[in-house]
Amino acid sequence: MRDEESLSRLNVTDFSVVPPKADSFRMTKSRIANSEIMQIKREKQDTMILNMGPQHPATHGVLRVVLELDGETVVRATPDIGYLHTGIEKTAEYKTYSQAITLFDRTDYVANLSNNLGYVLAVEKLLDIEAPPKAQYLRVLLTELTRIASHLVWVGSHAADIGALSMLLYAFREREMLMDIFETVSGQRMMTSYFRIGGLARDLPSTGEFERRVKEFIKVFPSKVQDYENLLTKNKLWLQRTVGIGTITTEEAINCGLSGPILRGCGLKHDLRKSNPYSGYEKFEFDIPTGKNGDIYDRYLVRVEEMRQSLKIVKQALDGIPQGDYIAKIPGVTYPPKEIVKKEMEALIYHFKIAEEGFQVPTGEVYHSIESPKGELGYFIVSDGSSKPYRVRVRPPSFVNLSALNRLVTGRLIADVVAIIGSIDIVLGEIDR
Amino acid sequence: MENLTLKKLKQNFPNSILDVTEYRGQVSIQIKKEDLLLVCKFLKDEPELKYDFLSDVCGMDYPKNEKRFEVIYNLYSLPFSWRTRLKIRVAEGESVNSVTPIWKAANWLEREVYDMFGVKFDNHPDLQRILMPDDWVGHPLRKDYPLNFEEIAFGHNKDKPPRIIK
Repeated sequence: MRDEESLSRLNVTDFSVVPPKADSFRMTKSRIANSEIMQIKREKQDTMILNMGPQHPATHGVLRVVLELDGETVVRATPDIGYLHTGIEKTAEYKTYSQAITLFDRTDYVANLSNNLGYVLAVEKLLDIEAPPKAQYLRVLLTELTRIASHLVWVGSHAADIGALSMLLYAFREREMLMDIFETVSGQRMMTSYFRIGGLARDLPSTGEFERRVKEFIKVFPSKVQDYENLLTKNKLWLQRTVGIGTITTEEAINCGLSGPILRGCGLKHDLRKSNPYSGYEKFEFDIPTGKNGDIYDRYLVRVEEMRQSLKIVKQALDGIPQGDYIAKIPGVTYPPKEIVKKEMEALIYHFKIAEEGFQVPTGEVYHSIESPKGELGYFIVSDGSSKPYRVRVRPPSFVNLSALNRLVTGRLIADVVAIIGSIDIVLGEIDR
Repeated sequence: MENLTLKKLKQNFPNSILDVTEYRGQVSIQIKKEDLLLVCKFLKDEPELKYDFLSDVCGMDYPKNEKRFEVIYNLYSLPFSWRTRLKIRVAEGESVNSVTPIWKAANWLEREVYDMFGVKFDNHPDLQRILMPDDWVGHPLRKDYPLNFEEIAFGHNKDKPPRIIK
């Protein structure tokens, strides 16, 4: 119980509770100095500003688009991102190189193994080590299966946005087969973190389950892709919604930094797997599909054909998996095999040191990029000689692709906005990190 | 190749190059801040180099240096498939010319560098925060910014202490 003295020290005169004012939610904003509210530029007068909010079934995540409308035509579209920002790049500076692998799996949460591959290849370049051939073949195999998985999500959700709702279920039925394959090989359906620095996390299961499942997938999948094409490619409604919409020219696309199926849809035959090959891609034979006009329909055709080409690579990889180790044998960097750790002292010390403090990486910086299903995914890693990276920068393809949204959408109707956002194929985890 | 880029840059801009480092086959060229636009335009237009694709604009913070921040431009040439890297050192409070007139891809990438590090870009069409909320104070990826701290969630009664229960 407080006495008068201490009450007077509190300097409190009025104990009644004042109800908050109507605009009291602005109190936090006005408390902070130099507040900058997002400036939205108006293109014309007498236009309506419509907010396509962060919670929206067709924006593929938490994306907010502020549309300036003149009737039903879009005059300007300003995307607002940052709702899924979790500070992955900053967190990675406090974790060792191996611990940070799990962080980057979650950037593009639809195509997990491709981010995994990009990061692991960049660190291996810093360390100047190379994964053994068996690991390289398996990496290519699983990355192409991930590309198929990502394009399945794309085809399903894009068709569902435009109105063909049953495509979503068909696409996810095939994705379930892929999830089962990932579970066989790593124990997890998504976020597998199966690629480690120097090779893979563990060997294939000895029962041959993995090969059996992949063979079954290869047998079943081509007819399913044909089913999707029968449903959509010559469909009059699909053609009306997608042909001639969201076009962009090749020069503008290159200037805007677009990459992946968007650039290939414009007609440019560019693929990082062919021009700057990595992880053994030069040994595989595949084509690069391109479009002609750069509209949504061409991007759809490019992605469907990419699924077929990825299946071709998977077939070649499965037929030619070499024997050997699944991880490089580099004493300070990769774990020694468990049987030897239990017998020899040096192996035990290495295992302990790698698990405790990680491995030192020489000072330097490296930029390595791969062809992810969405475009050019780049990792710029700077190391300062310790076991934790000094800076990891992820160059997300969806971030740069989304910045061209205004150019693609101006002059179109609201319904086209949904179709165009879908055709860019964004993943908010990658954009916001 | 990188040697060709370096050779051409040395021919045309001999005074701009401050430092060249090579690591694992990748060349980084540090140039003077004032010559950024000229060098980038040259690299883009020169028919033997043709760096027409801006892969990435990235920021770095070295707090112990006098010029604390570094802005790094990763360039890629689509016809020739080679890469190069340009670096600029900036002190705190200084601003850099924006390369948006040359590559439109730099628009959002430079916004992110401003948001995360606080480096301002001149002549940028729309320089505001992109990932953090618009009224955020501070630049998260700087080295002196903590990894996590507790944010005040409800500040509506900061001036009015709660009723004291006896």
